[in-house]
Amino acid sequence: MSFIEYGDTIKDGDTAIVFLGHESMFPMKVQHGSVTQTKYGVIRHSTDLIGKKYGSKVTCSKGGWVFILHPTPELWTVNLPHRTQILYSTDISVITMMLELKPGSIVCESGTGSGSLSHALIRTVAPTGHLYTVEFHQQRAEKAREEFREHGVEHLVTVTNQDVCQSGFGVSGVADAVFLDIPSPWEAIGHAKAALKAEGGRICSFSPCIEQVQRTCLAMEEHGFTEINTLEILLRVYNVRTISLQIPDLGKASEDNSSFGSDSSNPSSQGSPGNNPQQGTVQFKSAVPLREMVGHTGYLTFATKS
Amino acid sequence: AGGAGPGPRIREGDCAVLKRGDVFKAVAVLRRRKIIFEKQWFYLDNAIGHIYGTTFEVTSGGSLQLKQEMEETATETKEAGTDNRNIVDDGKSQKLTHDDIKALKDKGIKGQEIVQQLIENSTTFRDKTEFSQDKYIKKKKKKYEAVITIVRPSTRILSTMYYAREPGKINHLRYDTLAQMLTLGNVHAGNKMIIVETCAGLVLGAVMERMGGYGSIIQMYPGGGPVRAATSCFGFPKTFYDHLHEFPLSKVDSLLSGTFSTESLPSEPEDNAGVEEESNGSVDEKQPSVQETEEESTTESAMERDQIEESETMDVNAEDTGFKENQGKENKENVREKQRKQQERRKKLIEAAALLKEKNADGLIVASKFHPTPLLLSLLEFVAPSRPFVVYCQYKEPLLECYTKLRERGGVINLKLSETWLRSYQVLPDRSHPKLTMSGGGGFLLSGITVVSDRSKSDSGSLEELKTEEPSSKKRKVEDLHC
Repeated sequence: MSFIEYGDTIKDGDTAIVFLGHESMFPMKVQHGSVTQTKYGVIRHSTDLIGKKYGSKVTCSKGGWVFILHPTPELWTVNLPHRTQILYSTDISVITMMLELKPGSIVCESGTGSGSLSHALIRTVAPTGHLYTVEFHQQRAEKAREEFREHGVEHLVTVTNQDVCQSGFGVSGVADAVFLDIPSPWEAIGHAKAALKAEGGRICSFSPCIEQVQRTCLAMEEHGFTEINTLEILLRVYNVRTISLQIPDLGKASEDNSSFGSDSSNPSSQGSPGNNPQQGTVQFKSAVPLREMVGHTGYLTFATKS
Repeated sequence: AGGAGPGPRIREGDCAVLKRGDVFKAVAVLRRRKIIFEKQWFYLDNAIGHIYGTTFEVTSGGSLQLKQEMEETATETKEAGTDNRNIVDDGKSQKLTHDDIKALKDKGIKGQEIVQQLIENSTTFRDKTEFSQDKYIKKKKKKYEAVITIVRPSTRILSTMYYAREPGKINHLRYDTLAQMLTLGNVHAGNKMIIVETCAGLVLGAVMERMGGYGSIIQMYPGGGPVRAATSCFGFPKTFYDHLHEFPLSKVDSLLSGTFSTESLPSEPEDNAGVEEESNGSVDEKQPSVQETEEESTTESAMERDQIEESETMDVNAEDTGFKENQGKENKENVREKQRKQQERRKKLIEAAALLKEKNADGLIVASKFHPTPLLLSLLEFVAPSRPFVVYCQYKEPLLECYTKLRERGGVINLKLSETWLRSYQVLPDRSHPKLTMSGGGGFLLSGITVVSDRSKSDSGSLEELKTEEPSSKKRKVEDLHC
């Protein structure tokens, strides 16, 4: 396996995702002789995992079972060890498309943070592109390097430990795109411009506060960026439910109620109201929004250097 | 890499995108071809040789000229009011009449100067607040300054363009939804992807861009052939099409049951193009569509050129004494050509069938006008375990059913029904706020991950090697023996 290439079977040294159901999962490093504890019991890597197909159901020692999944940047994003606040796939999707990333793209990123976006960027620009990522926190930079090595993508990424606002990205005139997720992006716009190719490129800055966006937009304009555009993307997830609504008893004759019941387009509706007018229900399938949803992650400001 | 090397230049025959403000239009760059865009007409001849991203001004006679950088702040009088208590709308604030403005335009005066004159002749301009002045200038500039930027096509630009101009042709798939699909589907170089789309080839193009020519794509198409009008706008190199396969949806069942044969091919793709065009547009989408006329005119001109060439060769032939023999020869060649094409299609079909039968695809992307449930239930058979799939639908109700049916089928986990909202902002000093209007809907997605299925019968089926050339009756017998 690697994060940029699918493999069929689980191998020693792989990073795999253990799926326990209901979005409950965790990442696991596969190692000969190693064991992993789950709430369903122990998984023995040598016998239970290595050589098995990704996507297999693995029975744990207590009889419960889990699925072992091939890693992807998206699964990594929801399972990675947080060292910072991270970007999630909804924002990442829009960033990737609006920066026009594809195989061969050269991208600059700062900060590296927990590497959530980094993995997605590397996946998209592989096998011929490259990611230059800058992280001013030394420990985080080292941790990121280690992860890239473990995930088989180190040849596609350069991690630099410096302050992007002062020292820039460490490269100039090479990038097709620049991404900024730092507290004061306006201080890095000049460096971003320098990092981009002479022929131009795209830039994106992610900021939670509108005041940050304000200053960033001004800086972009001063540096001659065009097509400056700020947007926000929100994910709405729905639960699929079968809902039963009770039919009120209006004291009408039962025939009336049953005629209402037959209006229901769902032929599988149980509890036919005709049988018992007082307890009649109509069933239907509904997409129910989650009780709580993410209302704001950050503003995404895009621009073009031309 | 890098250095000060100039970017890619606009060449004749390129697929380019015109941009004015937020409005896009895809065009083929051809000499002496009149283009109509945003109520302006012009020729692209002068743009050839310039770098992509260059901005031009439309001048009289329809020629494009490089836009000069100007110092606009110099002439502005920094005088402004604080509020609008004394501004009365008497309809007389502009001293220039319609005729005056028309006369200026006819004289070929630059838009920039017309705007300046409008400002000077507005009695209320100085009393307006600074913000209000700004807004006034922006509005007039938009109207009178005809600047056009020529940009290179990309998924970003084409998906934005299609959603704004022809949402009906792409089943109202908004660009941020398309972005989610590419990410949820883990689309990247080296994948073997299965795609079903009736989005004019936009989704296919987006996937091709993300795969960069590495890996393979099998496009499952309805009717006589896949529609790729939008795909061709991307201007991909020829090599990107080397590993793009196509397979008719109408043959999926036989492929799964093992009765597949290439005896009856679906009708020629050429026949389909027109039909598809019609069936795609629902009644409410019959708005004047510039893209459509643009496409038509492209094919028209292509036909024109063909005819010219043809008549030229005819002229030569007429002079030739052996005209009749040549004619006969040509007919024979036509028949042979047809047979050759048929043969090629059959070969390609067998190739695509073989790829599908490996049942090891790295993902499935569906974005069509069809009900998603039957597509998913069948096509997931071709996908390897632990791979993502994404289904788009303009409406959420069919996805509710699909969700339920997939749960019953098994072999999938992490099912998620979702939708994204996209909100744009105006960001200006002291005037930042969400844009006044936003898109009401960009469709819904159902995504998930395949896993090894419990059903043992499908396992034995996948082990069997199917031979495509074998007649179906014989095939059935062989299978009967196995049972």
